[in-house]
Amino acid sequence: MSEWWTYSLSDFLMFSSRSYYRLIESYNAAIWPAHLLALVAGLVVIVAIVRPRQHLQRSAALVLAAAWGWVAWAYQLERYAEINTAAPYFAAAFAVQALLLCWLAYRPANAANAAPAPQPVALGLTGLAIFAYPVLALARDNGTWRQAEVFGIVPDPTVVATLGMLLAWRAPAIFWLIPVSWCLVSGATLMELKIGHAWLLPALALTAVFARVMGSRKPRDLNSTANPRS
Amino acid sequence: MPPTSPSRRHLLASMIAASGGLALSPLLAAALPAPLLTRPIPSSGEQLPVIGLGSWITFNVGRDPQGRRESTDVMRQFFAGGGRLVDSSPMYGSAQDVIGEAVQTLKPARLFAADKVWVSGGARGVAQVEASRKLWRVPRFDLLQVHNLLSWDEHLPILLAMKREGRLRYVGITTSEGRRHAEIEKIMASQPIDFVQISYNALDRDVEQRILPLARERRIGVIVNRPFRQGDLTQALAGKPLPGWAADIGCTTWAQALLKFIVSHPAVTCAIPATSSVAHVRENLLAGTGRMPDEALRKRIAQDVERLA
Repeated sequence: MSEWWTYSLSDFLMFSSRSYYRLIESYNAAIWPAHLLALVAGLVVIVAIVRPRQHLQRSAALVLAAAWGWVAWAYQLERYAEINTAAPYFAAAFAVQALLLCWLAYRPANAANAAPAPQPVALGLTGLAIFAYPVLALARDNGTWRQAEVFGIVPDPTVVATLGMLLAWRAPAIFWLIPVSWCLVSGATLMELKIGHAWLLPALALTAVFARVMGSRKPRDLNSTANPRS
Repeated sequence: MPPTSPSRRHLLASMIAASGGLALSPLLAAALPAPLLTRPIPSSGEQLPVIGLGSWITFNVGRDPQGRRESTDVMRQFFAGGGRLVDSSPMYGSAQDVIGEAVQTLKPARLFAADKVWVSGGARGVAQVEASRKLWRVPRFDLLQVHNLLSWDEHLPILLAMKREGRLRYVGITTSEGRRHAEIEKIMASQPIDFVQISYNALDRDVEQRILPLARERRIGVIVNRPFRQGDLTQALAGKPLPGWAADIGCTTWAQALLKFIVSHPAVTCAIPATSSVAHVRENLLAGTGRMPDEALRKRIAQDVERLA
């Protein structure tokens, strides 16, 4: 693309906020009541943060992997690609993250060094993603419950919940790359759509990264840091 | 600043005299209070209504049935009002398919189908054009444009060959927001194109310096995109009182004044505002009727918009 520096984000925005949220609405209607299952799955992630046992953390990582995989296929590829030509690339990135989370689940000693105790910031991020994110729909003009963004169903709350888990697990940088990138992409998109809470996603990513950097320590084997009774 | 008083010096006695060749469309006297003005396509003399319909963002509604119904309603109103030129691109997501569904439903008698080729490489361009044609559900395109000059040197010979073979009526190039104007000028000067599509509005007037005069000199039609700066301009002017001159040229909204500013330029063939609102389509079409501003009033419109926006 010539003179790429003359392009702004608005040049790549292909859809209106109305089309965007109507897409979420029709997607929600099509897969209901899968949201209830997603909520239960989200609780597994929260429990894994509150009680950092190895088997719970593995379960949470698998839940998140399934959520990323589902969002890659059902949302990015099957729905979002209808209005955004970049969505297949997003789907690929989400699929890669799903694989990374599987790796995190089965190779914890190599991939992670979980904190021995619950971390308030991690819990806050994941809790916000699972319980508060759906309510954001009501904060928008003309927003309804039917447009609720639910963990495991659409990307944004799924990514925020993952950031919480990565923070609790003190996961290495490679696991953060795609979630944080998505926060920037989605935040910028919402900004161009003039959505009031567009700042939220980048702010949450920044919070998670900051907490991770501040809490960094030498990697230790998960088996040695998790509760020995698990 | 309060509205200024109208000055008759700034008005045209006749819309035809004002706009250098504007003529009346016979189609829509029943649909609009005044006939929609037309302009001749310089390379052929075929008359084209001065208000077209863009599809960037507005028609990219995916599979949403309600969004598709609304888009069809917009196109129904557009055709009922005498509109002809509908513009899209493979870059616009589902817009081509949404247009195609409306074309299939409405079966417009005088559709002027304008699309673009937007892919690297000439061979891929041929396949893309055919895919686009199927999405539009039309036997052939009236106009194909090289979108943002992407691989223009490969696409233009193919499009010109299609035109020679009768598989296409017109060939053009596009840019937006003032990009690559030097290259646009070179192509306009050296290639036998029928149309150039550019961004032009009361604030972005760079094209007045070279591109619009060159279009007249080379007898190239001009299609104007982003007449409202993607809605930013009408939003910035919302709530600001219309100056006195607006009533004298039959404008009741800023959108109409902005469109009249554009289509009254003698080099402009048509503007292609995009909308998802039936009411806005009618409002836009009304801007293509009645009196047009003369050169002095056009300057004043630009000054007022610059001051208020």
